[in-house]
Amino acid sequence: MIAALTWLLLYQLAGEVLARVLSLPVPGPVIGMALLFGTLVVRGYLGRPIPQPMQQTANVLLQHLSLLFVPAGTGIMIYLQLIAEEWLPITAALLVSTVGGMAMTALILKALMGRQQPGGVSDDA
Amino acid sequence: MMPERLNQTWVYLSASPLFWLTMTLVAYQLAFYLYQRCGQRPIANPVLISIILLVSLLTATNTPYHRYFEGAQFVHFLLGPATVALAIPLYGQFRKLVNMAGPLAIALVGGSLTAMLSAVFVGHWFGGSLPTLLSLAPKSVTTPIAMGIAENIGGHPSLAAVMVIVTGILGAMVAQTLYRWLNIRDDAVAGFALGVSAHGIGTARAFQINETTGAFAALGMGLNGLLTAAALPGIVSWIRPWLQ
Repeated sequence: MIAALTWLLLYQLAGEVLARVLSLPVPGPVIGMALLFGTLVVRGYLGRPIPQPMQQTANVLLQHLSLLFVPAGTGIMIYLQLIAEEWLPITAALLVSTVGGMAMTALILKALMGRQQPGGVSDDA
Repeated sequence: MMPERLNQTWVYLSASPLFWLTMTLVAYQLAFYLYQRCGQRPIANPVLISIILLVSLLTATNTPYHRYFEGAQFVHFLLGPATVALAIPLYGQFRKLVNMAGPLAIALVGGSLTAMLSAVFVGHWFGGSLPTLLSLAPKSVTTPIAMGIAENIGGHPSLAAVMVIVTGILGAMVAQTLYRWLNIRDDAVAGFALGVSAHGIGTARAFQINETTGAFAALGMGLNGLLTAAALPGIVSWIRPWLQ
């Protein structure tokens, strides 16, 4: 568990360093995720599976991913005044764009996959 | 004598990171318990309930947010390693990803542009101020990316973080109803759309559905983060004349 956590932090650190050095617009953790993904792909080609402790640590972290958003979300209390003043544009924008973005992504993907594999995409249904 | 002691203890505790860290976890446990009791119905979103509990408690005790965050930052910090860890479920779907690369890329661009542009223009039609609109623009990507972009284009970074989280909660709440209407049954499609439009909270929701949905949500979240970070500053400078 600690070894796996150390690796995750090392990848995050590498991501932060790359983001700063190359002045990339993407945050360090996302680059860290891409680096770890690349490592796993290379290991896969060499016939090595994901190390067990790494899998377990990832499961623990991701099972309660929602908890990790609570501290930032509680920051809404600072903006209650502004949100009260602009509640209509904010609510309308959030509703339309969240539902719209989700529907658009899902419908495009569904349409394209139906064309790619005639007869549907029920290989894991 | 006794009330004086209690008061001193409260003054000490309310300023220590331990208290607000513990309250964050207690609020989440309570919220998660309620979510389970409601049969895991998306409307009882655990993030939403936790935030309502904590904001009520902070307001009732007159505690400023920055003092709360001194304790809660230890939980917040784990977002970094958790984001890195998303590579693992993602790798589990590697073969499928390669097969679907083309459709995924097109759906990503379509969904991402729809979310960005509709947020800004709908907000504008309803009379939102420019800094608010610019804080809304990056609302579909994960918190740290959205904060960076908002700062870059002239929004409020911490307001952007709040918009991101509300978006995530909303997306997690509506996804299954929306998919029922649109007749979306494939786990990969459902997950990818959740990740693209509702980032980490959508991804958290997707992992509660199943592993495949979660992995595709992680992919959608990561790719939309990259695309939005790269494209939004340019798009904003292009549409700015329409927002005056």
